[in-house]
Amino acid sequence: MSTVITANGLSKRYKTSLALDNTSFRIESGRIVGLIGPNGAGKTTALKAILGLTDFQGELNVLGLDPRKQRGKLMEQVCFIADVAVLPRWIRVREAVDFVANIHPRLDRAKCEAFLARTRLQPNQRVRQMSKGMIVQLHLALVMAIDARLLVLDEPTLGLDILYRKQFYQSLLEDYFDEDKTIIVTTHQVEEVEHILTDLMFIRDGRIVLDADMDAVGERFIEVMVGADRAASARALKPLDERQVFGKSIFLFDGADRATLEALGEIRRPSVSDLFVATMKGTYA
Amino acid sequence: MKTFYWLVKREFWEHRGGFLWAPVVIGGIFLLLNLMGVVAGEVFGAQHGIHSMFDNTHMLDHPLSADEAAKAGMLMDVVMYSSSFIISIVLGFVVFFYFLGALYDDRRDRSLLFWKSLPLSDFATVLSKVVAGTVLAPLIAVVCGVITGIAMLLLYVIVLSFHGIGAWHLLVYAHPFRVIANLAGIIPLYALWALPSTGWLLLCSAWARSKPFLWAAILPVAVGIMLGWFNLIGPHVVGNGWYWGDVCNRILLSVFPGSWLGIGSYQYIGSGHAHALDALNLGSAYGVMGTPDFWIGALAGIALLAGVIWLRRWRDDS
Repeated sequence: MSTVITANGLSKRYKTSLALDNTSFRIESGRIVGLIGPNGAGKTTALKAILGLTDFQGELNVLGLDPRKQRGKLMEQVCFIADVAVLPRWIRVREAVDFVANIHPRLDRAKCEAFLARTRLQPNQRVRQMSKGMIVQLHLALVMAIDARLLVLDEPTLGLDILYRKQFYQSLLEDYFDEDKTIIVTTHQVEEVEHILTDLMFIRDGRIVLDADMDAVGERFIEVMVGADRAASARALKPLDERQVFGKSIFLFDGADRATLEALGEIRRPSVSDLFVATMKGTYA
Repeated sequence: MKTFYWLVKREFWEHRGGFLWAPVVIGGIFLLLNLMGVVAGEVFGAQHGIHSMFDNTHMLDHPLSADEAAKAGMLMDVVMYSSSFIISIVLGFVVFFYFLGALYDDRRDRSLLFWKSLPLSDFATVLSKVVAGTVLAPLIAVVCGVITGIAMLLLYVIVLSFHGIGAWHLLVYAHPFRVIANLAGIIPLYALWALPSTGWLLLCSAWARSKPFLWAAILPVAVGIMLGWFNLIGPHVVGNGWYWGDVCNRILLSVFPGSWLGIGSYQYIGSGHAHALDALNLGSAYGVMGTPDFWIGALAGIALLAGVIWLRRWRDDS
């Protein structure tokens, strides 16, 4: 397994705020990493740094290259979809495929056309005549036909209906992802990506506050449903979070002893969104 | 090289309206106006019984003297140039606004993020826009201008033949190839001459977070006014005339074809048909390259373009 991204002491300061605060992390190849954080936590800045779109302090190595200096070379190996509506509105489907096929050394045109044949897109259709869902279909057909090693997705399904959203991740898993590829995805729709992620990174105020693979998350964090009578003893174990459902309390524990918790009540694996809410408590306060 | 070809092609796709349809439509309107004028003249003539225009039809019956042939040739060349003249004014506006939007529009609609997701260097991107604006667009304009010019000549010959005047043989006195060579040959001069404007307009386009036109136009004018004010109240630093003529004018208006023609270029126009079109001959046009101003302007333009490439590298959609 090789390392795709190594970041060491990454910092980025805007005029009024610190978007990245001396952050370090590593991403290995063959992983699907969810970079999850509240608005303004530094997700997009981190992605922009990885893509060489912004300057920063610290060390960053992406596929053995420095994104600040070797951007042109890097982008042969990296693809990204930033939100859905970034394809130029004047371009036609035919022109987009023609252009990318001729300037990108790693695009497989036949593959791209096969992906497009599965959609309703017409060769002469312009982006401005498409719905958001169709635009993302076109973008995805282009990106999936490129044999890149790293795919960066920044809120790729924002504003899409549920059919397109499901289809988006399903296509990625079935026709694109393999052990040589790495996907980084940021999204607020955590429930949707929760089952495809292999790794989870929480970012808050420019720092990575949680960085673990999904198996480790399942072992470390435990949710337990406790009746009112035993709530006090559960509280004594210092839970991360507590909430009430139907007269019972649900406690979220980080690294507590499983046997002790089982004695208190019914235990289960917390959802990523519950974990997220618990971790980010007080962010906007 | 292949990548560069596709980059220029992309510019053409995006700006087909300005690069291709604008000169085609202007050429068409020009022809239509001429046709309307001819028809109006015919109708007016028929209503009032005026035929004097064609009374001396025998003028063309005898073989033309060398002087008459040269005059006829010049007249036809002027007809051919006239359509290119109109189209070149439109071209100036098209190129001006093309450069102002070239590095701004994709930041505003965020499609910059798509272009930046492809392995394209910022150098090649900026250069493709320079070439599209100052080589491709003028080339298309020349082709449209020449076709319109030839269509104009044919229009007049056909009208004359309706009056029983055979003017077809006069066409051999025209110099279509010289006209084409003069128009196409001027493009390299145009591209170099336009560099200060190209650089400045692209710089504003790459730099402005909003309203690139206002920055591009108001900044140099404001500087000129401040300069005038300083000159008025204090020691004479640099000349107002120099600033307005050699700086402000060059960075804003050099994209207009023919803006290199100075007063001196027109001195021959009144001095007989033999030299009337000298200003348009390549030899005299390229004479402007002999001045240091020309090369200083070109170098300044290239320096501005270096700044444009740097800005393009680091500006994002925010």
